[in-house]
Amino acid sequence: MDVIKEDQVLDCSGMLCPMPVVKTSKAIKTMEIGQVLKMISTDPGAPPDMEAWSRQTGNELLRSMQEDGKFVFYIRRSK
Amino acid sequence: MSKSDPNAPKRLALIASKGTLDWAYPPFILASAAGAMGWEVGVFFTFYGLTLLKPQLTAAVTPIGNPAMPMKMPFGPEGFQNINWPIPQLIMTNVPGFNALATSLMKQTFENKGVASVEELRQMCIEMDVRMIGCQMTMDVFGFKREDFIKECEIGGAATFLEYASEADVQLFI
Repeated sequence: MDVIKEDQVLDCSGMLCPMPVVKTSKAIKTMEIGQVLKMISTDPGAPPDMEAWSRQTGNELLRSMQEDGKFVFYIRRSK
Repeated sequence: MSKSDPNAPKRLALIASKGTLDWAYPPFILASAAGAMGWEVGVFFTFYGLTLLKPQLTAAVTPIGNPAMPMKMPFGPEGFQNINWPIPQLIMTNVPGFNALATSLMKQTFENKGVASVEELRQMCIEMDVRMIGCQMTMDVFGFKREDFIKECEIGGAATFLEYASEADVQLFI
């Protein structure tokens, strides 16, 4: 698997719904179109929520994976 | 997308009719999650839900008559925390301050698990321009005045909310 280079990291460890998607939404708005956000979460509800969020907002979820026991997401701002 | 404009963002219309701490979470969590997805959100606070628009939130919770509520302690070793204590209703109704204790324990539980407080969730909704409408009728009935509520809310009636909800994709009663 090739490495994705992120422009910003958002650590939502320890936070539960709805904070991961709310904070992701806030962070993405501060970024340029085309930039990539790496979001880290410990919330087991985050993987399906992030998929739904990316479908709803039109931002691209490049990768959803697990790393060191946490959930890691790479999102590209599409618009 | 709303019925009349296919290009408009999705819309969520909620009615918040309860004012206890356990019922304060669902409207603010749903509203902020929808807001995070770029939806338009409107919440109509009516009956006891109107108390969720006060500047100082004093929502409490009671286990009395609430047999579905898990009674677990948010402190101590893991085995202790997993115990669901069977407390008789008779004890709960007769011990003074029991509701205050239950409220305090619930807040601690939520904080331990990393759930935002109701105040924080409400603030996020305000930042995301969630429309919060206080029910005029409830205000009259319970003797509340406009000044008793946060400045970010508007006052309206059933017709106001129904018009908003008629164009919503998701309409929920909490």
